[in-house]
Amino acid sequence: MPATEPKNKTLDWLDERTGWRMVRDLADHKVVPLHAGTAWYYFGGITLFLLGIQVITGVLLLLYYRPTVAEAFDSVRFIMTRVEFGWLIRSIHSWSANLLILAAFVHMFSVVFTHAYRRPRELTWLSGIALLGLMLGFGFSGYLLPWNQISYFATKVGTDMASSVPVAGPPMARFLRGGDDVGAATLTRFFAFHVMILPLITFGLVGLHLLLVQFHGMSTPSGVSASRLAHMKFFPNFFLRELVIWYGVLAVLGTLAAIFPWELGQKADPFASAPAGIRPEWYFLAEFYTLKLIPSHVWFFEGELLGLLGFGLLAAGWVALPFWAAGRNGEHRARLVTAAGVFLICYLATFTILGYVK
Amino acid sequence: METRPDSGQDRRTVVSWLLGGGVAASLASFFYPVTRFVNPPAVAEASVNEVDAGKVQDLKPNSGKIVRFGSKPALLVHISDTEWKAFSAVCTHLNCTVQYREARRDIWCACHNGTYNLNGQVISGPPPRPLEELVVQIRGDEVFISRRA
Repeated sequence: MPATEPKNKTLDWLDERTGWRMVRDLADHKVVPLHAGTAWYYFGGITLFLLGIQVITGVLLLLYYRPTVAEAFDSVRFIMTRVEFGWLIRSIHSWSANLLILAAFVHMFSVVFTHAYRRPRELTWLSGIALLGLMLGFGFSGYLLPWNQISYFATKVGTDMASSVPVAGPPMARFLRGGDDVGAATLTRFFAFHVMILPLITFGLVGLHLLLVQFHGMSTPSGVSASRLAHMKFFPNFFLRELVIWYGVLAVLGTLAAIFPWELGQKADPFASAPAGIRPEWYFLAEFYTLKLIPSHVWFFEGELLGLLGFGLLAAGWVALPFWAAGRNGEHRARLVTAAGVFLICYLATFTILGYVK
Repeated sequence: METRPDSGQDRRTVVSWLLGGGVAASLASFFYPVTRFVNPPAVAEASVNEVDAGKVQDLKPNSGKIVRFGSKPALLVHISDTEWKAFSAVCTHLNCTVQYREARRDIWCACHNGTYNLNGQVISGPPPRPLEELVVQIRGDEVFISRRA
């Protein structure tokens, strides 16, 4: 406790029972290195802020949403048309989900290009990638909940992709669907995943991720010694700047939700054809377009299986990035990682745009 | 009483194994029912071999419609005055439901742009297999669809 701090009986009483001053002292010592890439640090915070928005708006939507095939679509329509500000809450939830995934991608690529995954931050990278996977899982499971035509077919395609994986695929698809086909059981399961199972895992992993960030401190760019850089105190200097940015994000979010309210579409009909122009959310568009391009058979493989194999290898290589980035003699393969990052961004951007326009 | 110097160690090892085994058995007894629980039970579906797909006059030539064939969709196509075809409407690529395109006289899956001809054969796109063809029979003014024998 600093000597200049005035005595406060209430705070002393609280400190004796909770040790809160220890946490405050830890926060006092947290600093942020200042360099050309400092702005990239904000994206982790933005992602966390948007996750908070998701929790709040998600809980609000739960007050009216009914997770059955007969009632899901109508309950979302009720939220959109009858509940006061229901359209705003649902639109913010949908827009925020998309901005969250965008912020998470920016955060991930900033980590790649500033080489922040290097030893000893491998576990921070792995927990971050797992969180990105969870966010995509939230997106996939939440997409079905309004039970509209587009989401119904997107779920059919997504779960059928899982079933084409040899051996483990069919039981995995059955587990996801709660049966042989997408139906009432799938909606119930996806609801359970979306509001209970994924959030529980996410909270644990977010805690671990933040703990590791706190433990290692903020990473500095490779080749720059942390001791030679100027630093800014996290509390309150950097945190106040984060708050200003969060306000900016909130303004963008509110504007998008108000000007472009999220559509509801048409109620799912399992006995209707897939509508023309059907496509998944933008963050699955690159994979969607790739699957469209692969012919039915390549050599002895079914095209679909080959596509999945390619995605699987790409994902595995990306997850393992900190491990192959370190050479046998401990040297850092920075240029290889940067090239891989540029390649991945080019692939995702090109195929997402093509998937959108074609 | 004579005691061997390592008898305490032996006892500890045995107790450790027993404890470890007990914990492992408990975990197995927790997780086995859970894994069985999350695996959905097989629901017996009434086997459908034939369905009434509607009246002849309800589907004009060069048009198609989706009809319920048990729990799956089927596509009935009225090609010309006397020619009818029916297929499973489940795309062989990723399970979407296909549709008949009158302008192109083909069967199209909107999900990944797969196309089939009116024999159910793949013309273009990623579907790996042809559509399963069903049998169409006209009895009076009713159209019936059935599985091939």
